[in-house]
Amino acid sequence: MTQAALATTPPTGVPTTDKPSTSVPDTEKPFIQIKNVTKRFGDFIAVDNVSLDIYRSELFCLLGGSGCGKSTLLRMLAGFENPTQGQILIDGVDMAGIPPWERPVNMMFQSYALFPHLSVESNIAFGLKREGVKRDEIKQRVDDMLKLVQLSQFAKRKPDQLSGGQRQRVALARALIKRPKLLLLDEPLGALDKKLREETQFELVNIQDKLGVTFVVVTHDQEEAMTLASRIGVMSQGEIIQIGSPSEIYEYPVNRFVAQFIGSVNIFAGVVTEDEPDYTEIMSEEAGTLIHIDHGVSCAPEQEMWVAARPEKIMLSHEQPQQPYNWTKGVIKEVAYMGSSSIYKIELASGKMVRVERINRIRREEDGFTWETPVYLSWESGDCVVLSS
Amino acid sequence: MKSRANFLMIAASLGFAFLYLPIISLVIFSFNESKLVTVWGGFSTKWYTSLLENEALKDALVNSLIVASVSASLATVLGTIAALSLTRLGNFRGKTLLSGMVTSPMVMPDVIIGLSLLLLFVAMEGLIGWPAGRSLTTIIIAHTTFCMAYVTVVVQSRLSNMDESLQEAALDLGAKPFSLFFLITLPLIIPALVSGWLLAFTLSFDDLVIASFVAGPGNSTLPMIIFSKVRLGVSPDINALATIMISIVALGVLVAIWNISRSSKRKKV
Repeated sequence: MTQAALATTPPTGVPTTDKPSTSVPDTEKPFIQIKNVTKRFGDFIAVDNVSLDIYRSELFCLLGGSGCGKSTLLRMLAGFENPTQGQILIDGVDMAGIPPWERPVNMMFQSYALFPHLSVESNIAFGLKREGVKRDEIKQRVDDMLKLVQLSQFAKRKPDQLSGGQRQRVALARALIKRPKLLLLDEPLGALDKKLREETQFELVNIQDKLGVTFVVVTHDQEEAMTLASRIGVMSQGEIIQIGSPSEIYEYPVNRFVAQFIGSVNIFAGVVTEDEPDYTEIMSEEAGTLIHIDHGVSCAPEQEMWVAARPEKIMLSHEQPQQPYNWTKGVIKEVAYMGSSSIYKIELASGKMVRVERINRIRREEDGFTWETPVYLSWESGDCVVLSS
Repeated sequence: MKSRANFLMIAASLGFAFLYLPIISLVIFSFNESKLVTVWGGFSTKWYTSLLENEALKDALVNSLIVASVSASLATVLGTIAALSLTRLGNFRGKTLLSGMVTSPMVMPDVIIGLSLLLLFVAMEGLIGWPAGRSLTTIIIAHTTFCMAYVTVVVQSRLSNMDESLQEAALDLGAKPFSLFFLITLPLIIPALVSGWLLAFTLSFDDLVIASFVAGPGNSTLPMIIFSKVRLGVSPDINALATIMISIVALGVLVAIWNISRSSKRKKV
């Protein structure tokens, strides 16, 4: 798929089944249009000809490693950087030359950037005061906002008297109080510990649902992206590689980079032996088996391809599977017991290490899958993805 | 381990004794009854009262206070502007050179600063007729010049420790660059400005060499009066005067240090 095609694909992964959502994104016309935007810093190209449409009330997530350009893209939406080339439209208005303080956009910073000399209340009221809103109304709106983020009893405190999670909520409240059309969040959960992150990410999705504001989140954490976003854009080296719902990105990555970046994956190199409209067969020396896929792939005969299989899609058994393909043999080399599941590292005859994740439905000692046990690995025809690059 | 700790304690005490014994003895002898500076003749505050009757000294004290407060205030304004441009303008051409040059008065000998300023004032008077002669104004200009370096360093360190996203957050929430400075930047660097002002005040109040070069007749500062009196022989009232000066300076420095440590502690939380 080309980038232009990606950009015009409407969101197919609207979270109607994944998440209980009351605000259904407006798929008619894009709310934010990023058109062929490039940003250069000297010789360095931070963002390389990116085109992207984001729809109203979406929770869109830009995901990528450090230095992939996701933060630069976010800062261009906020107005802190100007595109070297290209155009950004928010709600149909060209943002070129509009300074940050005049954009209908607010941002939640990674460091939260709470004003240390102001109380929680004054921090939240800051944006409204700049707008010249009447005192009574400011009071009312700040009170409502404090209620929304459950910080009413902390109104008079200074930021340094709050915990990390509370500061995060103040930052969110401060960014939301001006009722922006678009809220930008830079690594919103990055500074929180694991337990707090889980609570906070659900809270964030709830608030977004309640207010219907369009959220654009930047993160390097794929778990954060998966749980928060209705759509994810995966970025690498200044380009957008794939756009899709969390499940599309996870189940149908477009290339090896995306497959490896999101979750863990086993990739087997192989050569296409049969390529029919309704199935494909790939001979993989690495996997030591013929791999059968239940859909067609457009490719040249004998072309080298890669097959991606997620660890939880591979089954382990002591008996040889009865199917003619999609199974291989190996020896368990490592077992990591995680409680609810176990992760096995299995060495195949080719020397390839395969990662398998298995739910511990019965207690582990009783199933016989331990170190140095020979096992059979198998998978269904529909559970793998063929990648050409 | 214990003997090492003892050794360090002794070394520290000796060091402090070396620094403060002269000052302590000066303070003690300022309460001396005797007219002879080195002979103890009982406790008295008569030298302090005699100071009050000395008009020349009182004038010099007033001069010193005026010079110190005006030049400290000017230095604070100029130093803050310099610090802001050095930290906020990004990487412009000659930034390293400029930041080195701003702080050079800290390391330049006072004699050279005094002499060069005197030459400048004389040349300017010849060319544009201002400043007319040597006066308090010339002392104030001279002191502002070298105090500004100290203020710049203090404010600069505070600014570079400040989270840059605070400014972006303010802009994002609708503050224009002008109100950003007064609502966010200034309140956050106020402790540094106070410390810088106090530092500048004590430096100016202490200065003898530069002031001697650029002062006009009848505009003597306190250190100049003390120096000229001492040249005619040490009299006990000088001890009293020195004690008062030490108190003022020590107070300024203590408040400045307390101010810096308090604000940096707060930032850490």
